[in-house]
Amino acid sequence: MNRTILRHPEVLERLRELAPLLPRPMRFMEVCGTHTVNAFRSGLHSLLPENVSLLSGPGCPVCVTSQGDIDLIVQVASLPNVTLCTYGDMIRVTGHDGSLADARAAGADVRIIYSALDAVKFASENPRRQVVFAAVGFETTTPPSAVAVLEADKQSLDNFTVLASHKLIMPAMRALLSSGEVEVDGFVCPGHVAIITGSRVFQEVVDGWHLPCVITGFEGPQIAAAILRLVELTLRNEPALENLYPQAVTDEGNTFAMKLIDKVFEPVDATWRGLALLSDSGLALRSAYKRYDARTRFELVQPEERINKACACGDVITGRISPGQCRLFGTVCTPARPMGPCMVSSEGTCSAWFKYGRQSAAATAARQPAEPQTQGAQR
Amino acid sequence: MCLAVPGQLLEVTGDQALASLHGNKLRVSTALIPGAAVGDWVLIHAGFAIQKLEGTDVEEAFAILHDIAVAEAATIRQTDNATVDQAAAFKPSRPTRQEVSR
Repeated sequence: MNRTILRHPEVLERLRELAPLLPRPMRFMEVCGTHTVNAFRSGLHSLLPENVSLLSGPGCPVCVTSQGDIDLIVQVASLPNVTLCTYGDMIRVTGHDGSLADARAAGADVRIIYSALDAVKFASENPRRQVVFAAVGFETTTPPSAVAVLEADKQSLDNFTVLASHKLIMPAMRALLSSGEVEVDGFVCPGHVAIITGSRVFQEVVDGWHLPCVITGFEGPQIAAAILRLVELTLRNEPALENLYPQAVTDEGNTFAMKLIDKVFEPVDATWRGLALLSDSGLALRSAYKRYDARTRFELVQPEERINKACACGDVITGRISPGQCRLFGTVCTPARPMGPCMVSSEGTCSAWFKYGRQSAAATAARQPAEPQTQGAQR
Repeated sequence: MCLAVPGQLLEVTGDQALASLHGNKLRVSTALIPGAAVGDWVLIHAGFAIQKLEGTDVEEAFAILHDIAVAEAATIRQTDNATVDQAAAFKPSRPTRQEVSR
């Protein structure tokens, strides 16, 4: 690790020196909820030069989960004899008929787990309960789900299933860039996704769209260093992939974990909030493990996408608008009474704006009249 | 959700391990990093070690994180005296970045 690039003042000073040389304002995008939160928490947005900005892309797994998938999870939680296990981020996300928290209040057995193996352990210890693990997340979180399925298979558990809504990051980046709706000048790439996938998956963005990509860690100074590197690459007109997180990220990634994903899951078309249906962008259990698929076990039918048309989360997570441009933000939609997943999730862009940047959001909104709201998140 | 924290493996049995996260002990799975051994530094995500870290970098990374924590504690001290004791208690024995570099 090059310590000098992590020294915040020097990075910011260099950034301020170089920014005036940029031919136009630059918009870089991060695609990881943890980057979103830590950029705000560290005050990075307010420290950037005026002509350099950092957008949040579709990197918060809770936020990109489609309304239909959320409705399905809540529906399963309410089935008799079912214990639904999931990560804490999902509990307050509101579906058409309420959230998992609402279902729990109404008597459903909903449990927050830290590890996917906790769900397997619970199933093993409670053979009379049908344990459903509602699994969301990108490539970082998928290998644990694969291990959970393999462990359940090893124990021949007939009361454990997975309701998988896992997503792959590259199809989303590809769709975003292909849409032409969002102007992005480079990406701060997600370090922990890259640990699993390897850095080289992001080379496609460099080769296909001639945009610089920099993989980095999650502290404010690390994100700042990535932005500085993106500016340097832009000024040199050298779109390239660089890895500022080499202590954890290798070119090839965690190949063992990738093989486990491939063993248990297969790519399927998946619906994303804000990006609609993307081919081969989600993961479903392979036929060899279908007996652990909650959709099969409970003969579930995917609900229609019934979204709150006033909620602009779909536009926020794709960078089309900023939270301050949403009519609901900070008025009827707050962390205490969230209207959409971006305000619910601790990693959601709206939540971060509200918690760390509400004043700047208000200032932005004052400078820039709100654009007409799209007809909901899904196009 | 993709949050991961560094820890050091204290015990390894099969694909289960006891890890130390800044002194907090946690049971984690090493099913994703075959060959994990006692003493390895790893990144832990959702109860799983997902990658081994290179030792020399880890010590330095911890020192930098410690510097950041101290700076944040100073900020907290300015605004909320009630949290000073908690902030100051953050790993006082950790070496500073300057000490590591010597």
